[in-house]
Amino acid sequence: MTSLSDPTPQTPVVETMPAKSPARLSPQELKLRRRARLNASIRYSLLIVVGFIMVYPLLWLIGASFKTNAEMFASPWFWPENPTIQGYIDGWTTSTPYTFATFFINSMQIVIPKVIGTAISATLVAYGFARFHFPGKRILFAILIATLLLPDVVTRIPQYLLFRELGWLDTYLPMIVPAWFAWEAFFVFMLIQFMRSIPREMEEAARVDGANTFQVLIYIVVPMLLPALVSVMLFQFMWTMNDFLGPLIYISTVEKYPISLALKLSIDATEAFNWNSILAMTVLALTPSLVVFFLAQKSFIEGISTGGTKG
Amino acid sequence: MGGDSKYLGLAYVAPYALGLLLFTAFPFLSSLYLSFTDYDLLSSPEWVGLDNYERLFTRDRTFDKSLRVTLTYVAMTVPLKLVFALFIAVVLNYRLKGINLFRTAYYVPSILGGSIAIAVLWRYIFAGDGLMNMILMAVGIEPINWFGDPENALFTITLLRLWQFGSAMVIFLAALQSVDKSLYEAAAIDGAGPWQMFRNITLPLITPVIFFNLIMQTVHAFQEFNGPYIITQGGPLKSTYLLPLYIYDEAFKDFDMGYASAISWVLFAIIMVLTLLAFWSSKKWVYYAGDERN
Repeated sequence: MTSLSDPTPQTPVVETMPAKSPARLSPQELKLRRRARLNASIRYSLLIVVGFIMVYPLLWLIGASFKTNAEMFASPWFWPENPTIQGYIDGWTTSTPYTFATFFINSMQIVIPKVIGTAISATLVAYGFARFHFPGKRILFAILIATLLLPDVVTRIPQYLLFRELGWLDTYLPMIVPAWFAWEAFFVFMLIQFMRSIPREMEEAARVDGANTFQVLIYIVVPMLLPALVSVMLFQFMWTMNDFLGPLIYISTVEKYPISLALKLSIDATEAFNWNSILAMTVLALTPSLVVFFLAQKSFIEGISTGGTKG
Repeated sequence: MGGDSKYLGLAYVAPYALGLLLFTAFPFLSSLYLSFTDYDLLSSPEWVGLDNYERLFTRDRTFDKSLRVTLTYVAMTVPLKLVFALFIAVVLNYRLKGINLFRTAYYVPSILGGSIAIAVLWRYIFAGDGLMNMILMAVGIEPINWFGDPENALFTITLLRLWQFGSAMVIFLAALQSVDKSLYEAAAIDGAGPWQMFRNITLPLITPVIFFNLIMQTVHAFQEFNGPYIITQGGPLKSTYLLPLYIYDEAFKDFDMGYASAISWVLFAIIMVLTLLAFWSSKKWVYYAGDERN
């Protein structure tokens, strides 16, 4: 996988249309322009149709969460005829002795330490790989790349046994601790790629002035790394919010459930009759991710483009 | 950096190396060992040699079914998703106003799609009287029994993952945007049509990301769990009982850790063989521009 280690920075390609006045266009060029306009309208129509299909399920979800149960399956149109917030009232109180707030706080207790741990450990490790030579580097880097492809399914059972041995079952530690060891190779890899594109002159100058490597990391590399670091944290936030199997295996007390498990529990308890409260809970469960996404969508798209195109 | 001890870098990567040993290498080897044992968590693992594998391949009809379902699912989901993602990326890769708006709209499902919440939404959309059938009836089509019918259930989950084509598309789009425009201009002068340009310029130049997406999506698809767990619970008639569900049930419901490990290793072996095959074949079809290292 040679291209994975390609250090070239990504340069956005800027579209350049030669600015010509219409008078100087040849008939050939005029024909091309006409064709381009037609082309554009076909593209727009297609994109709008697909965009509608992509967004409508979410639109319907939000609309339907304000519908009454009687109206729920009466019409495919998303707009509620008799809007009610009963679904949100029932959904917030949930079918358990705890409110949705408890589950939200629980999720944050997993997400926040995990995101911070990932950011710190992945930065240190990426710095080690991107800026130093050390014995065994090639092998370790090859393993890092290989683990990008290693399916979790093959390590899950012994991990469970390990954490059980440590007495960590029914705590958040099994989900948090590995993140502090840069366990998700994807994030390390993303930061290495980014670091390779940062020029080293400033770091070298700081070294000449007597800074040690750690000071260089903190005062010079990290500030420049910030955009990539933000993407890493955003992705980890989303993935952790979406994680279901981890909590399902490790958390057994309802009081400690994160949002994903609480939602599953509610479906089992009330799905047969209380549709709008399930949908309202679904909206509540998606809200943190949606808010974070819309606040930082640029970082997401850039993150996935840099993480991916190098491969 | 010159002048530093050659072990300094090692200190920075130490957390990774330690985590690798504890949370990857050790579990990886343990699960191989466990797959040759009988282990129910109550007594210590008991070595049974190849018994688990023998049972898997000769006597276990659930495994047989689950394996077939898994392969069908992957063979259906991955190509559909890649073709669709590439198609939309090509449509988007044009001097269009509002391209960012579309890109965002297409990407949102990818961000949310892995969550339980979206799987719940899918149940409502594809229920017997759900959104999809309401739309079908509104336009005069007979409603479809989506996940109640073993013939359709797996495809309903494929549709969920297709809806999340956005992340693959964003990667394709970034690659398309980095294709040198002068190549198209030169081809246009030579009289090449749009399809010829796509076939002979675009496609070869983006093979590295096709390869990347292919591998990533395949590894992902083989591990699908949330969708079938929430939407269909593996049913009806085990028609969506993917291997990760079977592994979960064996390990965390029946506490048959040895047998579950054996199934994991079969799944791992399949993924590994396919990945190696892809890497091996990539020499023939993946084109790395200006890559003298090959």
